[in-house]
Amino acid sequence: MTVSLSLLVPAVVLCAVGGILMLTRPLTRVLLGAVITGNGINLLVLTAGGSAGREPLLYGVPLHRVTDPLPQAIAVTAIVITLATTAFLLAMAYRSHQLTGTDEVHDDLEDRRIALRTEVMRQKARLREEFRTGSEPTRGERVRYRDEHRRLREKLRADRALQARGRDASGDLWHDVLGADPEDYADGRAGGAPEEPDRGATG
Amino acid sequence: MNALVPLPVLLPLCATGLSLAFGTRLKRFQRFISVAVLTAVLALSVALMIAADRGGPLSVHLGDFAPPLGITLVADRLSGLMLTVSSAVTLCVLVYSLGQGMSDRDGETPVAVFHPAYLILVAGVSCTFLAGDLVNLYVGFEIMLVASFVLLTLGGTGPRVRAGSTYVIISLFSSMVFLIAIATTYAATGTVNFAQLAGRLGELPLGVETLIHVTLLTVFAVKAAVFPLAAWLPDSYPTAPAPVTAVFAGLLTKVGVYCMLRTETLLFPGNRLGGVLLAAALASMVIGILGAVAQTDLKRVFSFTLISHIGYMVFGIGLATREAFGGAIVYVAHHITVQTTLFLVAGLIERRTGTTELTRVGGLAKAAPLLAVLFFVPAMNLAGIPPLSGFVGKLGLMRAGVADGGVLAWALVAGSALTSLLTLYVMAKVWNLAFWRAAPPGQAEDGTVLESYDASDDDPDSGPDRVAGTGDEGVRGHHPAGRVVAATLHGHAVTTTTRLPRTMTAATAAAVALGLAFTVLAGPLTSYGDRAAAELMARTPYVEEVLGR
Repeated sequence: MTVSLSLLVPAVVLCAVGGILMLTRPLTRVLLGAVITGNGINLLVLTAGGSAGREPLLYGVPLHRVTDPLPQAIAVTAIVITLATTAFLLAMAYRSHQLTGTDEVHDDLEDRRIALRTEVMRQKARLREEFRTGSEPTRGERVRYRDEHRRLREKLRADRALQARGRDASGDLWHDVLGADPEDYADGRAGGAPEEPDRGATG
Repeated sequence: MNALVPLPVLLPLCATGLSLAFGTRLKRFQRFISVAVLTAVLALSVALMIAADRGGPLSVHLGDFAPPLGITLVADRLSGLMLTVSSAVTLCVLVYSLGQGMSDRDGETPVAVFHPAYLILVAGVSCTFLAGDLVNLYVGFEIMLVASFVLLTLGGTGPRVRAGSTYVIISLFSSMVFLIAIATTYAATGTVNFAQLAGRLGELPLGVETLIHVTLLTVFAVKAAVFPLAAWLPDSYPTAPAPVTAVFAGLLTKVGVYCMLRTETLLFPGNRLGGVLLAAALASMVIGILGAVAQTDLKRVFSFTLISHIGYMVFGIGLATREAFGGAIVYVAHHITVQTTLFLVAGLIERRTGTTELTRVGGLAKAAPLLAVLFFVPAMNLAGIPPLSGFVGKLGLMRAGVADGGVLAWALVAGSALTSLLTLYVMAKVWNLAFWRAAPPGQAEDGTVLESYDASDDDPDSGPDRVAGTGDEGVRGHHPAGRVVAATLHGHAVTTTTRLPRTMTAATAAAVALGLAFTVLAGPLTSYGDRAAAELMARTPYVEEVLGR
């Protein structure tokens, strides 16, 4: 079986580009990545049929010279499925934008909470240990202790605010479907939650 | 008898059409048709299972194209059992969801989307169980996935959209890898039909065969949530409505396990990647259950035990002896039922107390004794306490491990003993927190709104009360203004009640009873599993049924 480079090279390039896009956080980029990768893979499926030949018709074409139609059928199926998924992702990116003002995929809040809980507990214990075992704490040490303690509490509070924001869904479905302005919903969350510290590398 | 094979896929699809056409007007008709069709599918599956057990695999060539060309659907013993268990479980969950919707006051649904999506999910699951070629398997996956996207993000609240994005992206990724695997397979062998592949894959150069093998296993491991590829599961499942989570936990991951069983026996019989599978199984078991130990939310606890117990099935697949496959098959049947039941119970607890956060619930053993029983039985079943079916499944797997005798196999036997001990610990912890101790102060009282769609006080200009928070962020889906959010199963308000709806309790009890039935019928079940494993390993009945003698 011979494989045409003109199909294979674009397939690889498209897969690489799409793969990188899919690793980013904003859903719109992920969506573009999915579309591009999908196309790349469809090309790959087409190369699986071997070299090109005549149109696969039952009559009038010598049978040993037709293109293999099965990969084309598979590719068509894949295209249809990619279309449906793309539409769904697009709707979800829009919905996410309505709800949070961005279309970025956030971290799992419960997961962060649990991870943070152990971290905070450990640091608290360490702090307590450190300051209790020492003899009379000086004034500077006390200030440092208080500062660190405050930092920890702020971290927890910021995370809790983030969690609240994540759970906060905006108005009712019909307004969202009919496309009310996102600003209408934004003021409910405007105050309070500070920016999430690690948004990921993209922006 | 062969004509029955496509029906588990066709019936739900036809019902979906009817449901969409008439569902918005005739809600009762929609409910009726869903229940009737799923009951019919259950009956069909039982018939298929018995027929496949008596007379060997059944197959249908759709459109009457000759075997390697057209689409082939095959039902053998394994498919029959999977179909039966899955349709029994989906029926229970459907009735449960009806109870969840019907017991509340009637409201207007934007689009009656739950029933159609659910039926399509069932069709997709049946399609994967019956698929006789890789492409049809892919299509079955996609049908199932697209339906699951809709169900997972039902209502489109913030947490669900966030959880849904992770799930959709992961699923998309695994579908793409699957397509690559299909392309590679076709380029290498010139066919995608399982029966033909069974003959041709062995003739390939070792490198090519291993490439295809690894790619396929990666896809199925993502679906089955085997450890290094399982991070998406506890992230995305817990936010969905309880019945949806239940059916996902029960079925979608097991579809991945089913595909692994199928490929490891029919396509790649040499067990060349057994070591990798065993290592992954050990990691899944131990890390999954340690994850469960750390959680404080009931649904997340169950998500992690799900990952952990997938390890048992992969353990059986990795050993690749007849006893091990038999044990894995029994374990799949047991685990589908038990895991679904536990999520249904979590839904009931949420309904009763307003939250599944374990630090906020308590005193349920006294307040709701029936609920306590409904939790206790499947929890002990999951941990594998002796008379129950979990013990039977684990025992079969461990015996296969001991019979294998390798270092890795012994490590897995030890690992699975440790895991079941830790599962018991986790379940005891849940029991102590939610049921045994006194109720903590501030437990949500009767009538707290969990989620609803309320069109009555729909005033976008009421600015100030939008800003005011309730201060109770623990209640899922609560609007900051205390007003409700568009997120519900049937368009009804879902509120907490001290009197749990009878339908929901009855459906959960039925699922518990199904789990107990596996205990009572442990003998026939294990011998069926053994016969199914023998058939899988023999390979010829399947190939001969599809390609002719």
